[in-house]
Amino acid sequence: MDLDTSSEISRPPSTFQRVSDRGFRILSLGFAWLTILVVLYIIWEIGSKSTPAMKTYGAGFLTGTTWDPNTGEFGILPEIWGTLYSSILALTIGTVFGVAVAIFLTEGYLGTVVYNTLRLCHLQQHRLFSKAPTACETLLKNLVELLAAIPSVVYGLWGIFVVIPMIRPTCNWLHESFSWIPFLGTPLSGPGMLPAALVLAVMILPTIAAISRDALVSVPPKLREASYGLGATRWETLLAVILPTAAGGIFGAVVLAFGRALGETMALAMLVGNANRISVSLFAPGNTLASLLANNFAEAGGDENKVAVLMFAGLVLMAITLVVNMIGALILQRATRGLKGLN
Amino acid sequence: MPELIDAPAPSQSAGSDQPNLNALERSLRKPRTFFSVLLSILATLLTIIALVPLFSVIFMLFYRGGSNLVASNFWNLPPAPFGEGGGFGNALVGTLVMVGIASLISVPFGILAAVFLAELGPFSRTANVVRFCAKLLSGFPSILAGVFAYSAVVLVTGGFSAWAGGIALSILMLPIVILTAEEAIRMVPSKMREASIGMGATHTQTVLRILLPTAMPSILTGVMLAIARAAGETAPLLFTALFSNYWIVTNNQLDLNQPTASMAVLIYNFSGVPFENQVQLCWSASLVLVLMVLVVNLVGKSLSSRAPQR
Amino acid sequence: MINVQPNLAMDNGPNNPKDSETVIQCDLKELHYGAFKAVRDTRIPIRKGEVTAFIGPSGCGKSTVLRCLNRMNDLIRGFRFDGNVHFRGRDIYHPGVDPVAVRRYIGMVFQQPNPFAMSIYKNITYGLRINGYRGDYDEIVEKALRGAALWDEVKDKLRQSGLSLSGGQQQRLCIARAIAVEPEVLLMDEPCSALDPIATRKVEDLMSELKEKYTIAIVTHNMQQAQRVADRTAFMYVDTTQGGRTGYLVEMGETGQIFEDPTEQHTRDYISGQFS
Repeated sequence: MDLDTSSEISRPPSTFQRVSDRGFRILSLGFAWLTILVVLYIIWEIGSKSTPAMKTYGAGFLTGTTWDPNTGEFGILPEIWGTLYSSILALTIGTVFGVAVAIFLTEGYLGTVVYNTLRLCHLQQHRLFSKAPTACETLLKNLVELLAAIPSVVYGLWGIFVVIPMIRPTCNWLHESFSWIPFLGTPLSGPGMLPAALVLAVMILPTIAAISRDALVSVPPKLREASYGLGATRWETLLAVILPTAAGGIFGAVVLAFGRALGETMALAMLVGNANRISVSLFAPGNTLASLLANNFAEAGGDENKVAVLMFAGLVLMAITLVVNMIGALILQRATRGLKGLN
Repeated sequence: MPELIDAPAPSQSAGSDQPNLNALERSLRKPRTFFSVLLSILATLLTIIALVPLFSVIFMLFYRGGSNLVASNFWNLPPAPFGEGGGFGNALVGTLVMVGIASLISVPFGILAAVFLAELGPFSRTANVVRFCAKLLSGFPSILAGVFAYSAVVLVTGGFSAWAGGIALSILMLPIVILTAEEAIRMVPSKMREASIGMGATHTQTVLRILLPTAMPSILTGVMLAIARAAGETAPLLFTALFSNYWIVTNNQLDLNQPTASMAVLIYNFSGVPFENQVQLCWSASLVLVLMVLVVNLVGKSLSSRAPQR
Repeated sequence: MINVQPNLAMDNGPNNPKDSETVIQCDLKELHYGAFKAVRDTRIPIRKGEVTAFIGPSGCGKSTVLRCLNRMNDLIRGFRFDGNVHFRGRDIYHPGVDPVAVRRYIGMVFQQPNPFAMSIYKNITYGLRINGYRGDYDEIVEKALRGAALWDEVKDKLRQSGLSLSGGQQQRLCIARAIAVEPEVLLMDEPCSALDPIATRKVEDLMSELKEKYTIAIVTHNMQQAQRVADRTAFMYVDTTQGGRTGYLVEMGETGQIFEDPTEQHTRDYISGQFS
């Protein structure tokens, strides 16, 4: 059937156009599906490789405290303990600093300070200097983001050569003076839980600061204005209105940072001491699941039993991080949904 | 709680209806003001302390790494203990090769998947599951990418290789590329998309001629961020590419099926040795690695900041 | 003579001899967005070589109906169309019809000027490229820009970004882009609502010229504009009696008749401004 048209240009899509459109859609859908398959494949691969170890060691693997390739006795309780202990320590430090940085960024302290300094010199209207307050704020934000860009192995190196020598005298003095406190029960002989947790805290700080900042920024300004309008001070407003409103987002940030800390490998492998023991002492060496994997996989070679045991440990790590990450994502989702009613 | 009413009126003004205007003055003696200023100072202090590590790391990198960095580091092989000179040439090449492999896999893969998420089926159930998977992958511990590549590549091919390392890195890059590219394509104003479709362009034509070109700067930002992350990763390479003291190219032939050195693993290996020359190389390599990562990061960010805002 | 779709359904719509010059015959029974009934009972013929205006209060579905004419609504989730639209006697909602092909013959100009983030020249040639047209692009670009009364203003800066133009120029660029592919019909969805009075005047003058070659359907909320440019006018109104807000066609006729002697009370109220 012909269409009588005066147009010499418009024509229905050619067969090639129709086929390529179809092909492109299928290709794109295919790669979308492939993403799902990759995730399933990873889970299946690690899960199936660890089944022999699951059969041999069962739940005892999770509660055992010995790791001895010579006798074939394997347990990862110290590693689970070390993973959780180091992460929680790091999270505590990281949250305090991260939220403080987020508040500092959103409250515009730096911009105010710079502006007031300029005003003292009567430069606040200057062509170049008038941009300084905003520029400084942006710079600070980028500096915090820069913290996240430094590779973890470099943090590990910095931990070995800077953090450990720096904190060691203080730690040992604390141990000698207060050795009856369980947290200070051992001396810091070099690598240990505290330096590992400190470096880990630096590494997760940008995550907490960035997501908390987003949460604080997304609090509608009208709430802040309402509080100021009633005569509240800056911090009364922050503590009573802004932080509670952003609490969901900040909590989500903390949980996501927890997920990152649990899976972080290099800084811990270099700083935690790789000692297979459970201790509450901040200065005692320990081990984590990730650094156990990092230290043992390369030498596992053809030893199928050892590979299976390590895969099992990997599976445990995967399960812990997946659960934590999902909880974090859910909390963040709820938090953004909860804010919708405010706008 | 309005302070004007709370403040006790001085005796001489008793009986007067006038409010006490002294209460309007700013004074640190008022607990509320004091508390507010104290917390502000605390937040400032915490922020300053939080930035100390950054400056400390940068200072150490230049102090210990920069002072020994010489041009020959870039084309020499790692030195033996107590050896003279040496460098990280093979590790630099190895990192570039493996990040290259990872990009070749993850960039086309990620962009095509993102086109589906943003344009072809944004509300479909598949898209929701894919987004969930991508988020899952982005929170995935990097060492597990190594465990997976060890299991799926090293154990199958029977040896450590650049391929295994590249595949492990691609798993870490993939979610970054997918999520940033989806966001970038979504940011293209829908009126441009409507204009194209209103003229009778097919979806494919709209994607290839309008959406991707317009979103390209932001997509490249995501790709650069992913590359920067992959270049600095150590854990996925430890037992996939392992390490090597030799060049990846032998007799003018690139062999990707052999253990391959990388900057990150070199730093890790040399960080724990008692030999001063290797530790020094380790710092120099760190400086170079950090500069590489930062440059890629900054280039990536500057790409999207120059994109048209409309 | 161009072959459109070999498997198109035979004409099963009204084929009244007196409508022989009708290019598009829209017979809309019901139109839903999800559970929301947006428009009902609207029959509008669009005649060749004329400007047909759709007027009515906000939310009466006039833009929705316009977007049905080249299947732009297909992009919206939950869209459901009950009825048919005949373009030159063929039902464009027939399952065998490719909406992409429909849009190549029925072009559209949108409310917001929407040039692509590319040069003026490339904006115009976009339609040629997607149609796989091979020929003298320069000539067509000039013709289209002259047709849109924009040539003199941009002839020296064809390589500049389309986004660098002013709002009125952008909208004329969009018109030029639409007419470059020589469509049969041009749909204009409130094309002047984002423009200032001077730019509006230019676009209106342009419409009178364009109707020599193209059939135009325009949605406008400006009654003076409808009176100035339209040959025929359709008045739509909102029916709130069934709980929802459903638009429908009240009456349609020659523009003069609609504005001077409307048959329906609603139309009379709306025209005279006694509109609630």
